[in-house]
Amino acid sequence: MTMTGSLDRRAVTAKLLEDRGDLLVVTGLGSPSYDAMAAGDHDLNYYLWAAMGSAATVGFGLAMTQREKPVLVLTGDGEMLMGLGALASIGQKLPPNLTIAVLDNGHYGETGMQTSHTGRDIELARFAEAANFPWTRVVTDMDGVSDLRSRMQSQAGTSFAAIKIAAENLPRALPPRDGVHVKNRFRAALGLSTI
Amino acid sequence: MTAVPAEEAPSWQDEILPILKSFDVRHLVYVPDAGHASAIREAEKDNGITSLALTTEEEGIGYLSGAWLGGERGALLMQSSGVGNCLNTLALQTMTRFPLLMLVTMRGDWAEFNPWQNPMGQATEAALKLMGVRTWRADQPEEVAHLVHGAATMAFNGDEACAVLLGQSLIGEKKWVK
Repeated sequence: MTMTGSLDRRAVTAKLLEDRGDLLVVTGLGSPSYDAMAAGDHDLNYYLWAAMGSAATVGFGLAMTQREKPVLVLTGDGEMLMGLGALASIGQKLPPNLTIAVLDNGHYGETGMQTSHTGRDIELARFAEAANFPWTRVVTDMDGVSDLRSRMQSQAGTSFAAIKIAAENLPRALPPRDGVHVKNRFRAALGLSTI
Repeated sequence: MTAVPAEEAPSWQDEILPILKSFDVRHLVYVPDAGHASAIREAEKDNGITSLALTTEEEGIGYLSGAWLGGERGALLMQSSGVGNCLNTLALQTMTRFPLLMLVTMRGDWAEFNPWQNPMGQATEAALKLMGVRTWRADQPEEVAHLVHGAATMAFNGDEACAVLLGQSLIGEKKWVK
């Protein structure tokens, strides 16, 4: 059986990024990067275009250094599946300012909508739970997204949400591909120098 | 029952962490290897350093990229087999240019008992070079501090990926008991 959700990924992303304040955002390659871009480009967005499986670890390193600011990793189910071990690594430190939100449509949307593991009833939130994340949820409605946003902004403890979105390919909103530029503007927005 | 005395590390091992600290390294991330035991042990005791075990080496590239984005330096320690795990993720360093310092203890390199280590060990330096990583090799104990200092200087002053390969002859022959 192929499982899919019904939430609109762009509406979910817009809600999470609403009134974002100091929020630092790392996006996984593919659609989550486009979703964040569609919600509005921002100096404190860090878009990955490759290194599949790395969104969670980039956000983890960021959360361990910018301890006073909330950090959101916004990624997809396929990207998270490739870096499942990162959940165990994060579980050793559990920075309270780190939130991982997986836009989970149960499919590899970028490559032709092949069914992913989460589309075959493998639930990502249970991996995060096993890795001692103090708060894990499977989110199926917009109230759940609002709860996640509140928790993220209050930095109440390491959080993981699998957000069940509809499997659809929306028009792409392409973020900048110049990684050095995106890195430098992010650091500049934090008051950090380049080399 | 008597306590087992702490194993005495060769002195080149003890030189590594102080050099990293002199470059303001705040994060030591690793998949462990015997050759890194001293640096890992000392980092775990040091309140000025976050030490972090990884499930697989490429996690360290992402983590250090994020730490640098947040303003702090780190180093990644691994065995040569882990270099193979890192290859695709090294694109993150190439495309965003952040300082990535890697210290790699070699297997399949000298007096190796386990031939299953040889394919990756023999390909390690070439694989790193293919992905644009600068490499240096230490085979004598007195070379280690010098090369780690040099690689750290070029990583942190140039936003480059730099790796020091620590030859298997430094670590010595692994004793296998039948």
